[in-house]
Amino acid sequence: MTLPSDLKDRFPLLSQIINGHQIVYLDSAASSQKPDSVIDAMNKYYRTINANVHRGAYEIAAQATEEMEQARKRIASFIGCTSSNEIVFTKNATESFNLIARSWGGNNLSQGDAVLISDMEHHANIVPWQILSAEKGFEIRWLPLTPEGLLDLSHLDRLLDGVKMVSITAMSNVLGTLNPVAEIAERAHSAGALVAVDGSQYVPHLPTDVQELNADLLCFTGHKMCGPTGIGVLWGREEILDSMPPFLGGGEMILDVRRDGFTPNELPHKFEAGTPPIAEIIGLGAAVDFLSSLGMDNIRHHEVTLTDYALRSLKDRYGEELVIHGPTDPSQRGGVLSLQYSDIHPHDLSQVLDQQGICIRAGHHCAKPLMRELGVGATSRASFYLYNTEADVDALVDSLELAGELFSV
Amino acid sequence: MSGLEELYKEIILDHYRNPRHRGELDCPPALKSEGFNPLCGDEVSLTFEVEDGSIKQLLIAGQGCSISQASASMMAAAVQGTSIDEVRDLTRKFKAMMSIHEEEMSASDHESISVTSLTLGDLEALKGVVKFPVRIKCATLSWNTLLTGLDDLEA
Ligand SMILES: Cc1ncc(COP(=O)(O)O)c(C=O)c1O
Repeated sequence: MTLPSDLKDRFPLLSQIINGHQIVYLDSAASSQKPDSVIDAMNKYYRTINANVHRGAYEIAAQATEEMEQARKRIASFIGCTSSNEIVFTKNATESFNLIARSWGGNNLSQGDAVLISDMEHHANIVPWQILSAEKGFEIRWLPLTPEGLLDLSHLDRLLDGVKMVSITAMSNVLGTLNPVAEIAERAHSAGALVAVDGSQYVPHLPTDVQELNADLLCFTGHKMCGPTGIGVLWGREEILDSMPPFLGGGEMILDVRRDGFTPNELPHKFEAGTPPIAEIIGLGAAVDFLSSLGMDNIRHHEVTLTDYALRSLKDRYGEELVIHGPTDPSQRGGVLSLQYSDIHPHDLSQVLDQQGICIRAGHHCAKPLMRELGVGATSRASFYLYNTEADVDALVDSLELAGELFSV
Repeated sequence: MSGLEELYKEIILDHYRNPRHRGELDCPPALKSEGFNPLCGDEVSLTFEVEDGSIKQLLIAGQGCSISQASASMMAAAVQGTSIDEVRDLTRKFKAMMSIHEEEMSASDHESISVTSLTLGDLEALKGVVKFPVRIKCATLSWNTLLTGLDDLEA
């Protein structure tokens, strides 16, 4: 049930010395570190089978294609999906949302329609809809939050009236809130809407089964789940992806091109124009192998325990001086803690912590509408992953002390 | 911790805790210029009145970190009653001080900064920011916002 205690050793970056201290990396919600196995898999691709895929008939091209398509299968099963045709590779979660908005939204949304998002969305699940809405004139509705930072579902049915798409996050990257996606999806489906889910913070940290989530589309991003940057995923039910027109045009995504038009390729290639990020796909395949070998249940258990420890340690030491946004119950949240320590500005706080080798994030976390709801311009955010330990939490707790002295809290 | 003390000088913390010239003037007659630092969410809103080619009064609203707030406060103190030409000159000097390439600047450039009639004065305290490149944008936010406002005025 517990994770191996030497996990940090498998992440070469985590042995680095920063500002005279061994690095304490508490910004995995922004991007996770990469284990040896992922770095090695990408290296091996470049050193031994680098060739373009789905084209050459020669040995290494066939091997590269095989490795990439095997990775697709393993990523599919990682999220409980049985057909790898439903796994579309994108650049990141942001591109996945742009694909949905442009392709599905462009085909299905017009004046009089509505899309329902929430007050805790990342810009990746806001701006693509706003861009399209400016063109098509549909309405964007916002699901509000309770004071504790949960989605307020009390008016959901009324808000769903006329909605064709509900697009919400499974876990907030600011509050850590885990949302009842399956319940929302059930009510959305009854109201005739489709459901797209932002799994960017969820898929890396909790066991994910798209059937249980009851979603129609799911976006996530490789670099937050021990994989490389430059690779994201859009999962969608086959009949929905089939109904959607291509997003980007070019090579790979066609069956035929004539002077008078083109015939799009089959799924998933229809949405994968141009040479894909082959090494990154193989790297993401190695990342899901790594996560699976540890067990997503164990990872979740580790993070709940660590979050619980952090919430208690911080409250014990700093009491009312420290505000921690989001749910207080560790079982209702992920390991993302947005902090406000007295009136120390988040940017100053993260600067002081950096001097002690502690990496936390300061800013609006690409969730400006949420910042406005919280009434703050920015927060400091510490986030945990499988390699973090109680010692990391202790370092965080101790380091706030120094910030307090400097800014005379 | 020496690095931090260089960044957070007492005078900077003083301007941060007790910002000068806070508030907003009525627009019009005053002019308004707003700036954002998308990286960290800092926002600054300047309102100022110009009379006979000089800034008669300038007030600052918005929110941000100690560096952005202290820099704005010091800037406000420095530009009250100053001619626009001089403000532009001061801005150039301030931004030169904030430039990462400053060390590569020739000695004569340094001299020209201190020799002319307008000196940076208290603003010199912000010099330590250069060692923390991510914070340079915090220090220059209010200055760039003022420049935008002056450009709009003269456009
Ligand atoms: C909830 C959420 N959605 C979307 C994204 C966007 O991910 P990416 O920048 O990899 O597209 C992020 C991460 O920044 C996120 O936290």
